[in-house]
Amino acid sequence: MFCDVCKSKEATVFLTQIVEGKMQKVNLCEGCSKEKGVNDPTGFALADLLLGLGAAQEIEKNPLGIRCSVCGFSQTDFKKTGRLGCSACYDAFAEGLSGMLKNMHRGLIHTGKVPARLALALSRARELAALQQGLEKAILEEKFEDAAGLRDKIRLLESEEGKESKSGESNLSGGEPDLLDGPNRLSLVQTEDVPPNPGKKS
Amino acid sequence: MKLSAIIANTGEWLSGSGPHDQIVVSSRVRLARNLKGKPFPGWAKKAERVAVLDEIRGAVIQLPEMKEAFSEKLEDLSPLEKQVLMERHLISREHAAKGAGSAVVMNTAQTLSFMINEEDHLRMQAIRAGLQLDEVFAMINQADSELEESLDFAFHNELGYLTACPTNVGTGMRASAMLHLPGLVMSEQVNKIINSVNKIGLAVRGLHGEGSEAMGNLFQVSNQTTLGEAEEEIIGRLNKVIFQILEHEQNARQILLQQRAETLLDQIGRAYGILCHAHSITSKEALNLLSFIKMGVDLGLFPGGYRLQVDELFIETQPAHLQKGLQATKLGSEERDSLRAALIRTKLKKMPETEIGKIPTTPPIVQSPTSEES
Repeated sequence: MFCDVCKSKEATVFLTQIVEGKMQKVNLCEGCSKEKGVNDPTGFALADLLLGLGAAQEIEKNPLGIRCSVCGFSQTDFKKTGRLGCSACYDAFAEGLSGMLKNMHRGLIHTGKVPARLALALSRARELAALQQGLEKAILEEKFEDAAGLRDKIRLLESEEGKESKSGESNLSGGEPDLLDGPNRLSLVQTEDVPPNPGKKS
Repeated sequence: MKLSAIIANTGEWLSGSGPHDQIVVSSRVRLARNLKGKPFPGWAKKAERVAVLDEIRGAVIQLPEMKEAFSEKLEDLSPLEKQVLMERHLISREHAAKGAGSAVVMNTAQTLSFMINEEDHLRMQAIRAGLQLDEVFAMINQADSELEESLDFAFHNELGYLTACPTNVGTGMRASAMLHLPGLVMSEQVNKIINSVNKIGLAVRGLHGEGSEAMGNLFQVSNQTTLGEAEEEIIGRLNKVIFQILEHEQNARQILLQQRAETLLDQIGRAYGILCHAHSITSKEALNLLSFIKMGVDLGLFPGGYRLQVDELFIETQPAHLQKGLQATKLGSEERDSLRAALIRTKLKKMPETEIGKIPTTPPIVQSPTSEES
């Protein structure tokens, strides 16, 4: 067996180290082991020994030289300044950042204010989820009147969302014959408690 | 609105009043926002910074609450003017160091201020006297809601508002209160309090925030984390801790009165004596001595009129404020020290003379904090 460093001489020094549950082995010849100062195997990491000092840490983290594709900011810049280059950097460096954010903050998900232009979609999604949950619970408890009410609310909410987010896309399989043109028809058919009286809107 | 007019008026947070304003000097909430798709100020080129500045400034001065606002580019302010704004906590130390491509906009009452191209594209704050974090948050939150109608802020579905520094991501909010804690300092309990506040994820800092020294027994308590909690939760947590510190401070003062009345009277009396008669005094010494007078006012040792005068001296003795009337000549520190001593002497001489002799049997100490807790 040849030495892992010079790859020419016969290895006579065999090191085994367990790092985070993984076994790593290095085989060295006598000359290389002396050159690397191997007499206290607890004092260094094997990867450092083979690839140079600090290598172990670098491998664990993002490979060096990641750059934000939007603004060109690099991981090294971030290490130097502690600041990011632009909002897209949060995605570019997401992997390295998540551990950092975990240590800095109380959670990894924002639960506070949302800009109004995004709030509608977000709150609808949350409301829908809550209603769905209520519906499942009501069915489980055999409260069918409640369940019917919840189902109607869910349908109303979904139809409102459909009205605003898409136009022209209709999905009428199994519905009544379509008498009105346009995307509004779907919601009018599906929500029983809203009278189909579009002309009366003030 | 000109800066000279701003400087001439001390501003609402200083002269105004609010709940628990004997111990809680001021409450402040700032929000950090950035424009979508634009590099953060620290990484942006000058032309990009200027474009961001124009866009944000245009939106800010349109706000209904910013009528007759003061708006100036940092490059057009003198170092002294910047420092005056910093001493009033209207701009940060970092912002004061900025030049081209940065600006500040503030309202006449000096309760709202907007720093453009500080560390983030926009940092806006509301500040008021006393403990009213909920109120100042409501003020700045409203401004934010109005601004987002015309400005597209960088927002991430999971991480919330994106900021240049990951320590601000999420709410982008830093809520803080300036506390005057001479009782806890004198009874040597303040370090214990600071340590326990730090342990629950809140920060305690000196007079001018991060990295600044605690002078005049003034401490700034603020939230450390910005992600994972809603704004109201953060403020609720902060309020709770501040109420506790308030209670400890009141207890410490009562215990000092009961057990070390002589020491207390001695300290306050000496402070009064020095301030009345000194001819040269540094701003640090002035603040530390004024702190004793302020506590003496709280304890009823001085006539009522002293309160506002002493509170104003806290700001007026700061280096840039001392020189605000004499902008043409730049003073050396020795000249400033004698000017400062003269200012304090004149101001105290106008007040009725007092003898720091006996402690009133029922000191008019602040109202019980528990009664207001909700």
